[in-house]
Amino acid sequence: MLFSTHFQAKEIIIGPGENAQEDLQEALILMSEGDTLLIKSGYYLFEDGLSLDVDDVTVIGEGMNETVLDFKNQQSGAQGFLVTSNGVTLKDFAILDAKGDALKVIGSKGINMINLRTEWTGGPKSTNGAYGFYPVESEDVLIDGCVAIGASDAGIYVGQSKNIIVRNSIAQYNVAGIEIENSYYADVYNNLASHNTGGILIFDLPDLPQQGGHHIRVFDNKSVDNDTDNFAPEGNIVGEVPRGTGIIIMANSDVEVFNNVMSGNGTVNLSIVSYSDETDDPNYYPHPRRIQIHNNTYGPGGFDPDVETGDLAKALFEISEGNMPDIFWDGVVPVSQMIFGQPKEDKLKVDENRDVSFLTISPIKYMLGFSNPVRTEKKEFKGVINPLEPIVIDGI
Amino acid sequence: MKKKFQFLLVLILCTRLNAVNDNLIISDSFPSKLSEFGFFLDDSAQVPHENVIPYELISTLFSDYSYKQRWVYVPGGKQAKYEENWVFNFPVGSALIKTFYYPVDERDPELGMNLLETRLLLRKENGWEAVSYAWNEEQNEAFKKIAGKTINVSWTDFMGNDRDVRYRVPNVNQCKECHAAKDKITPIGPKARNLNKKFDFKEGEFNQLTYWMNRQIIDDYPMELVSPVDWTDENENINDRVRSYLDVNCGHCHSPTGNANSTGLYLHLDETRKIHLGLYKKPVATGRGSGGLKYSIVPGKPDESILLHRMISLDPGVMMPESGRALSHTEAVEMVREWIMVMED
Repeated sequence: MLFSTHFQAKEIIIGPGENAQEDLQEALILMSEGDTLLIKSGYYLFEDGLSLDVDDVTVIGEGMNETVLDFKNQQSGAQGFLVTSNGVTLKDFAILDAKGDALKVIGSKGINMINLRTEWTGGPKSTNGAYGFYPVESEDVLIDGCVAIGASDAGIYVGQSKNIIVRNSIAQYNVAGIEIENSYYADVYNNLASHNTGGILIFDLPDLPQQGGHHIRVFDNKSVDNDTDNFAPEGNIVGEVPRGTGIIIMANSDVEVFNNVMSGNGTVNLSIVSYSDETDDPNYYPHPRRIQIHNNTYGPGGFDPDVETGDLAKALFEISEGNMPDIFWDGVVPVSQMIFGQPKEDKLKVDENRDVSFLTISPIKYMLGFSNPVRTEKKEFKGVINPLEPIVIDGI
Repeated sequence: MKKKFQFLLVLILCTRLNAVNDNLIISDSFPSKLSEFGFFLDDSAQVPHENVIPYELISTLFSDYSYKQRWVYVPGGKQAKYEENWVFNFPVGSALIKTFYYPVDERDPELGMNLLETRLLLRKENGWEAVSYAWNEEQNEAFKKIAGKTINVSWTDFMGNDRDVRYRVPNVNQCKECHAAKDKITPIGPKARNLNKKFDFKEGEFNQLTYWMNRQIIDDYPMELVSPVDWTDENENINDRVRSYLDVNCGHCHSPTGNANSTGLYLHLDETRKIHLGLYKKPVATGRGSGGLKYSIVPGKPDESILLHRMISLDPGVMMPESGRALSHTEAVEMVREWIMVMED
């Protein structure tokens, strides 16, 4: 270990070698505010998870293909790398084959993940770890220029967090490419999600400390060719996502989806749905509201619906009689709104090209057995788009 | 007169030499050797200084069948204050000391023990800090291990079986994974309710709280205490035993203020909401930890319950707790299995 002093802050350098694991973990513990830890390029094989709990530090490698932290022999620790402190920048390294999550960040204020790679190298397998990038209960979260491959849940997953930017990143061969769950204020843009089961998921779930996900902008992304069979272990919510879904919005409020390319998604390019399982949580709102969809580009979709996984593809295939739309809304609203109508301000807005196909269901007609509960005319969903405010993270 | 003075001088010197080093406890850094603290008159035999008081807890955390010996030190003239439903509020300069060891043969204590590590929680000016010292092979000194350490250890169990384990001395961050509340390091064990039992002190058998009062290291404790049951006591109700076990093994993270609060699964003693206790609770961010099962607990169906699956597993990506376990706790698994089996919806 080399310590060189520059003003107050130190730069600490770790290179490959027999004691690299202990040296690196010790440096991660002993470094202090303002310090930078450089992990030299090379291959590092670890038996135990790493963790960082020091505020205001930078941990940097020499490139996501050059500095490689491999956890395939991991014997302890539920994740490859765990961060629990504030003001942390992680940059330019890779975390491979972690036994659990690759990079987990809990309760951090100010976490920058830049040019990192998380990967399970054996391809999509249910024995892969759940998440590549996993910030949870965090605030001011940046994921920029990262690559996530092979996660058995989500490649990039932001849960129960606030003020989030996920951009310029690539998520491939995961069950979910990018997932924003139970989170507030997120910009997801200029990412590529391909060859996942589902490309981009905006979800909200009950019985959690933070719920009521809202204010999410999804724009300038490509969610294309998501054609990997769902390999999530059963029991997980993403296990119900059918192969070939571009973007799914579930039970969030104030979501704006624009300027994206969705194409090559065999089940459906874009769906907007309610949380459909039973819940007794009185604080949970299971329906999407104030969703705005505009100016997206749709390529081929719905050509190979995965009716074996979950209910979405099967129901949609039956209702549409095989004529799968580009955009699907399940039409489910609270019972009172089924009868008296939705408040105007809560309504879905769709402003897309004429040739973009749309389908929604009138659940009441559906339940009462009307012969035609389906609506495909999107004109009535046209409205003035109220753009959501961009997300700003101080210093970014 | 002269002789008396000499005698006094020797006495003072001895006391001095044997004193616990109060300055080291509150110092900014940790010494490299455990013996420097002076907690023990004989370190390798683990004979404590007179002011280092042994204690036990009613229910304890499973740590791969290792044995634990605990001591508390409160600096002279000070007292820890009683806190309801929480650990005593120890004054600056206090230390909680815990040595992990395996007997060579559980059937015969005379054969001695292998000391693994001694963990310290030290009450400094700005709060608690955690550090662990790993014992050397000669078993005559323990050295500070910031990054933790792996010790391959074997012993013979009560049944005469040879057992071995890849024992991990935790690093400082891992200490905090369990010993944290609101992002600050905190002791977990010495709550009044968890100390409310008899202990065989060298002066005789006393209730630990009574003894602590007599030694004037605590200011008070209530006469009426609702204590958890000893989970190993088969005369107790199974629900109380399991809740006591889950509280001490899981509840420090799985509570609304713990590290695992984002899961919504809460296993601390005070939780009463069924969904948060895991009944028909779906996994949230569990990944392959779910083992393909749908709910944390399915009443009547232990083998369909994720909670039991993760207690049994030895896979680091699946097992619970996340740290500090490399073996399955067979006896607890059987108890939890029975608890779920007889549980009603």
